[in-house]
Amino acid sequence: MGRTLIDKLWDEHAVADLGDGATLLYIDRIFLHERTGSVSLKELKAAGRPVRHKEQVFATMDHIVDTFPGRTDNTKMPSGKDFITTTRAAALEAGINLFDMHDPRQGIVHVTSAEQGITLPGFTQVCPDSHTCTLGALGALAWGIGSTEGEHALATKTLAVKKPKNMRVTFTGTLGTGVTSKDMILHLIGKYTASGGSGYAIEFTGPAVAALPQENRFTICNMAVEFGAFSGVIPPDETTFAWIKGRPYAPKGADWDKAVTYWRTLKSDPDAVFDKEIVVDCADIVPTVTWGTSPGHTAPITGVVPDPASMMDSSVRTSWQKAQEYMDVKPGLALEGLPITSAFIGSCTNSRLEDLRAVAALVKGKHVAPGVNAIVVPGATSVKKAAEAEGIDKVLIEAGFQWRESGCSMCFFAGGEAFGERERVISSTNRNFENRQGPKTRTHLASPTTVAASALAGKIADVRKLGQA
Amino acid sequence: MEKFTTLTAVAAPLMRVNIDTDVIIPSKEMKGVTKTGLSVGMFANWRYSDPVARVENPDFVLNKEPTRHAKILLAGANFGCGSSREHAVWAMAEYGFRAVIAPSFGAIYYGNCVVNGILPVVLPDTAVEALAKWTEADPAKNLITIDLPQQTVSGPPATLHRFEIGTADKEMLIEGLDPIGLTLKREPQIAAFEAKDRERRPWVYL
Repeated sequence: MGRTLIDKLWDEHAVADLGDGATLLYIDRIFLHERTGSVSLKELKAAGRPVRHKEQVFATMDHIVDTFPGRTDNTKMPSGKDFITTTRAAALEAGINLFDMHDPRQGIVHVTSAEQGITLPGFTQVCPDSHTCTLGALGALAWGIGSTEGEHALATKTLAVKKPKNMRVTFTGTLGTGVTSKDMILHLIGKYTASGGSGYAIEFTGPAVAALPQENRFTICNMAVEFGAFSGVIPPDETTFAWIKGRPYAPKGADWDKAVTYWRTLKSDPDAVFDKEIVVDCADIVPTVTWGTSPGHTAPITGVVPDPASMMDSSVRTSWQKAQEYMDVKPGLALEGLPITSAFIGSCTNSRLEDLRAVAALVKGKHVAPGVNAIVVPGATSVKKAAEAEGIDKVLIEAGFQWRESGCSMCFFAGGEAFGERERVISSTNRNFENRQGPKTRTHLASPTTVAASALAGKIADVRKLGQA
Repeated sequence: MEKFTTLTAVAAPLMRVNIDTDVIIPSKEMKGVTKTGLSVGMFANWRYSDPVARVENPDFVLNKEPTRHAKILLAGANFGCGSSREHAVWAMAEYGFRAVIAPSFGAIYYGNCVVNGILPVVLPDTAVEALAKWTEADPAKNLITIDLPQQTVSGPPATLHRFEIGTADKEMLIEGLDPIGLTLKREPQIAAFEAKDRERRPWVYL
């Protein structure tokens, strides 16, 4: 019987069969950040254990550093400096690669790891951060772990993992105008719930995925964890190889040729059998936004807030009611036209150059609605520089957006910064959880272009109508 | 790590689905590079009507007697979804929780529980709902018993729910093992893998 791409990645990294479906997997790359990685390094040192293969371990600053111009170790977070200085000292002492606050390679872990060519097809990679699955878009098996597992990976270069089941999600057809990869993944999670991928590793495939530029593919894998999955992968193809070529840590010369030959084998065999298959027709996808406090609480931009009374399961019904109370929305309310006070474009979901180009093209010569606080945070310092070289920063600033340094920023109080109490925010991030972006803040997730269109309108807007008014 | 064999304790029901780790331990409550001092911030936005001043919300289950002293949490599906922050588990362990019973868990949260001596128990929706209703009727008297070696949960008279758990996870919890120490014993196997892999994929080894 044929093997899936995930089976292949698994088998290639198997150091030992631990029985009962568990395998000791070799980990090619470990990435750390200053919020959770700092604890891993500190505990490892306290236990007197060295880092195995420190050259293959990386750390950066994204979760605690702020994103204001001229930033220093003193973030707005009261104890933030402790995280930054501890990580710096521990990284230097352990001898791992550190992309510090002012390093040109600094960025959100999952963005900069790809930007620098650190993650490659066929790799295994872990980070004590749930969105590590983002890197599956390069054909790597990458997943988030806790700090204790982080210590295990650092000390042994392996992890004991129970093999998840195989799921394939095939996106057929083509995307309509104004519909993005963010809408694809929001649509999927909305239809199958935030635990629809629970227990699975997912291969995202099909003509609509293959047609996406590499940078837009990351958005899909980024939210695999929001679907409850162990991770998500996209089979790497010529688009992927072209995107990687020439990046600082990418293989060079003969190694490059050898690597590409190997990477071309990284796809599911035609006769591979998946434990579960989902097919999504992209003709059914329109710009999608969330109405509640779970990424599964989605509606098409043309839709309304649903009625909890329609849910049979009592704990689901209760959750919907609580979510609607928190969000201050009622069943039947149209999402389009809901007034917003802030708009955020950034995070490991949507902060890459392709995202910023699309936003700049949309807002050029226009202006953010009065009273709307609109912020753009590039995903990595390298992305910021590339965007500035194209004049994207000027377009955004002229349109009334703030242009920041790279980091996780207002996805979740990073740098101690948050939106105001009970503010309604449209956000290109991945989590609309209660209190995540600020006290009682009401987050609506959407694509970066929907966020930009909404910022211009001052209310949740259908990006497809922009320019028609 | 504290070992887990059997436990009979007060259970607190929190029957909502998708309770994420931002709810269990908000970003603002992770104040230091440490695993301790986190329990006071656990569920801060639900537990306190004013999280900054720590004013208790009397309606929250962990502010009522006797569920304030619960060692078992009952929850809806996908408990611990979201952020990988192990602080969620460290906070719960420090508070005194030894087990969580839910229809499903966030994968990273589940793994974090096992390495910190908290037993995550997966039971069907209907079983968790029934346990929650029963314990809610008289939380001081209607205690729940978890037997890890037997892999059973008992509550209402004449009910016994069997649950599944991986052999390695079970052993880890019962024995309170050090997983890094265990893996380091496989050093020759890891070194052999690397030697072979280095030939095959030289670009991995920087």
